[in-house]
Amino acid sequence: MSTIENKVAAAPISEELALVRAAKQGDDKAFEELVRRYDRNVFRIAQHITQNREDAEDVVQEAFLKAYGNLAKFQEQSKFYTWLVRIAVNEALMKLRRRRPERTVSLDEEIKTEDDSLPREIADWSPNPEQLYNQSELREILSKTIQGLPPGFRTVFVLRDVEGLSTEETAAALDLSVPAVKSRLLRARLQLRERLGRYFQKRESGDGIQ
Amino acid sequence: MKCAEFLQELTNYLDGVLDDKTKGELENHLSWCHNCYVVCDTTKKTIEIYRDSQLYELPEDLRSRLRSAIMTKCQQQKKRGPHSV
Repeated sequence: MSTIENKVAAAPISEELALVRAAKQGDDKAFEELVRRYDRNVFRIAQHITQNREDAEDVVQEAFLKAYGNLAKFQEQSKFYTWLVRIAVNEALMKLRRRRPERTVSLDEEIKTEDDSLPREIADWSPNPEQLYNQSELREILSKTIQGLPPGFRTVFVLRDVEGLSTEETAAALDLSVPAVKSRLLRARLQLRERLGRYFQKRESGDGIQ
Repeated sequence: MKCAEFLQELTNYLDGVLDDKTKGELENHLSWCHNCYVVCDTTKKTIEIYRDSQLYELPEDLRSRLRSAIMTKCQQQKKRGPHSV
């Protein structure tokens, strides 16, 4: 079985750094290029965390505005993108807290014990599960399924598996240790797998799909 | 390798960061343990489905609106001077 390669390759650091330095010198076109480069990623991350389109739009604006205002403080020790993700995640979590004041929303929320992550449903999936549904049904399923994960889990999953950040970059962006990222990632992946299994399980003959 | 050990190493395996020895032990386990094989395979599919889903894509018109709003606000902020965030 082959492993998974990250398909989201970060831009060459030197090019990104050149834009950041130009922006620091007051070149707004350079900053606009950084916005153009990362707005889609920030939007995706924000919507995954907030689960709300308007909030995600606000987060995109606020995160870039904050990055612009604090550019002088960016020490260039990490990639600009990792720094930006960190700002965006914090903004998104703040939105989530405002919408759900009754629930504590934190990346440090208590995680269940190791045994709770052990797979219970082992049934195999159809060979091409995504073809069991049309595109909008599939999106609905994926969206509903990931919404069911605690924010701390889905944030790690989105940064690592959807956006393709490395474990170290994810740890830096979320202010978590590398082992904490790995442990949350495993649990997020297993929980999503189990939940998706309800939709993607190999079906017995008689319901039209074999 | 036991099933619980396989699970411990699953994320490292899928991310391709296992050393050769552990990778060999894990693949040996997968060759005879059907349940773990299914867990491994469907976890990999889970990641691929989400990665390819294009969930929450930013439509182009909204994208340009957001970008111009951001740049307008940035310029207003610049006029007000630093430390105004």
